Amino acid sequence: MAMRGTAVMRRAASVRPTARAGASAGRRRRMIGRHWQLYFVIALPMAFLVTFNYWPLIGLQIAFRNYNPIQGMWHSPWVGLSQFRAFIDGPYFWPVLRNTLRISLYSVVIGTPATIILALAINEVKHARFKRLAQMVSYAPYFISTVVVVGIIQIVLSPDSGPLLQMANLFGVHHLPHLMASPSAFPSIYVWSGIWQETGYGAVIYLAALSSVNPELYEAARIDGASRLQRIRHIDLPSITPTIVILLVMSVAGLLNVGFEKAFLLQNPLNNSSSEVISTYVYKTGLLDSNFSFAAAVGLFNSIVGLVLLVIVNFVARFVSDESLF
Amino acid sequence: MATTARKSTRIRETRGDRIFLTFVYAFLGLVVFLIGYPLVYILASSFSSSNAVLSGKVWLWPVHPTLLAYRAVFRYPEIWHSYLNSLIYTVAGTALTVVLTVMMAYPLSRRAFYGRRFFNWALIIAFMFNGGMIPFYLLVRDLGLLNTRLAIIIPSALNVFWVIIARTFFRRTIPEELSDAAQVDGCGDVRFLLSVVLPLSKPIIAVIALLAAVYQWNSYFNALIFLNDPNLYPLQLVLRQVLVQGNVSASAMALSPEQLQLFQAIQTLLKYSVIVVASVPMLLVYPLAQRYFVKGTFIGSLKE
Repeated sequence: MAMRGTAVMRRAASVRPTARAGASAGRRRRMIGRHWQLYFVIALPMAFLVTFNYWPLIGLQIAFRNYNPIQGMWHSPWVGLSQFRAFIDGPYFWPVLRNTLRISLYSVVIGTPATIILALAINEVKHARFKRLAQMVSYAPYFISTVVVVGIIQIVLSPDSGPLLQMANLFGVHHLPHLMASPSAFPSIYVWSGIWQETGYGAVIYLAALSSVNPELYEAARIDGASRLQRIRHIDLPSITPTIVILLVMSVAGLLNVGFEKAFLLQNPLNNSSSEVISTYVYKTGLLDSNFSFAAAVGLFNSIVGLVLLVIVNFVARFVSDESLF
Repeated sequence: MATTARKSTRIRETRGDRIFLTFVYAFLGLVVFLIGYPLVYILASSFSSSNAVLSGKVWLWPVHPTLLAYRAVFRYPEIWHSYLNSLIYTVAGTALTVVLTVMMAYPLSRRAFYGRRFFNWALIIAFMFNGGMIPFYLLVRDLGLLNTRLAIIIPSALNVFWVIIARTFFRRTIPEELSDAAQVDGCGDVRFLLSVVLPLSKPIIAVIALLAAVYQWNSYFNALIFLNDPNLYPLQLVLRQVLVQGNVSASAMALSPEQLQLFQAIQTLLKYSVIVVASVPMLLVYPLAQRYFVKGTFIGSLKE
């Protein structure tokens, strides 16, 4: 009964907009006519959007086909879900999934608190020049290319010479293991180099949120005898909680999106057992082995899991903290 | 003087707070050191002799200063060629991105733009979903762009997120009344965009241009999958050979016999000097970039 009631109401409601639309057809034509130049302006970027953002979405259909270049993406034989099944039943599914999840969970668990702590610490500094120095230095690595970062990692971790060996020597250790060749070191190298590169950048977002805190709150807290730590706990943290939640939702949704660029460059045959992630696997199967349909299916699997995670985490976040992405 | 005067009027810091603050400064000092040290080390090493570098004598300052490493970069035609390529890609790509971003963001920011909701949804959907690596590659291949300079410039020219940032900016800084008034006075949208909106939008244009330039200069992925011809390689791809794969060929450098004896040394030092040389453009824009990136982050984090 209730169902039918709402259906009727919906139908009643849907009548009115149509009527309004009919009445305003002239207005619409006037609006379009008066601003035809805007359509002219947006035409070129829309063409880019359709070509480079929407066409690849249509191209994803090859994940359900057995693509061959002669028949193309519209006419290659339809094989349903068998590419997905081949991936899930294949020998690489669990290792690649495990590697991807390990790296991204590791970076969320370390990266989120590190970024928050850095932002809170910078926010405490009142000495303007030191504050600027801390921000400038911590922000700088974000502008360094992935290739150079990987080059720096190799220099720093080199067992023959380099900063790590210098530091180790100070503590009386003279022999370092070859970390770049070690599968067990790979997740840490990946995550901590990311911390090195991105924490300063991430802190900017929190600092933006912190700068909008009403200074009267601090004054009032001081008069009430709150210590610095208590002010952080009761003013700063609550004011950046929405930002924390939204960024956490996004990073959990991106758990399977371990970026290709760095993982690929850090990879070598010796650490492959822990460094092969979904994106590098897609590259190798798809572009190196020309197994386009299979790789597209792997990529699509990745996106779908990401979407499902996003919806779940967003729901949980809204339920727990009243904050959500949508 | 001013600080003491100010302090006296304030509530004095408690002992606990002072200890805490000292701890914060020490922590940040350590962070600054840990982040900055590898960069200083590389800069110092690039000016040092290879023996000093290999024996770990270089800390913060060049030891046995020499320009050998930089001379080696100058002798490496692949590096210079790709450097030039990267400049071309960065300038052309940035220009195209700025033009496309403004052309898309401005109409979307106007309430008088009929169909705005439809276009905005098209933008959001494009932001949330993408086809991934394989369909993107096949598209570029089918467009016949493989192994051309255009493959680096065109497919990545429109970034949806940057359009969203610019749209938010236009909404906040170009009042609807202004564009309406211009319309009433007979100024068309194109003329309004060119002669009113653009001069008012220098900050956002700077933000987008810097984002695009840094992205283009630093990226190697599109070049990796779209280019085969070494003559078209951007710098990052050559850096990958030199830095990551350790491919430095003596023959590529056209060395004289006595320099050939130094090849071992050059090979060691080249890593350090190419990092410095590759980062020079970023270093030049860094002060600007820092300011504008922060601004971009602010605008990007604003809700409608």
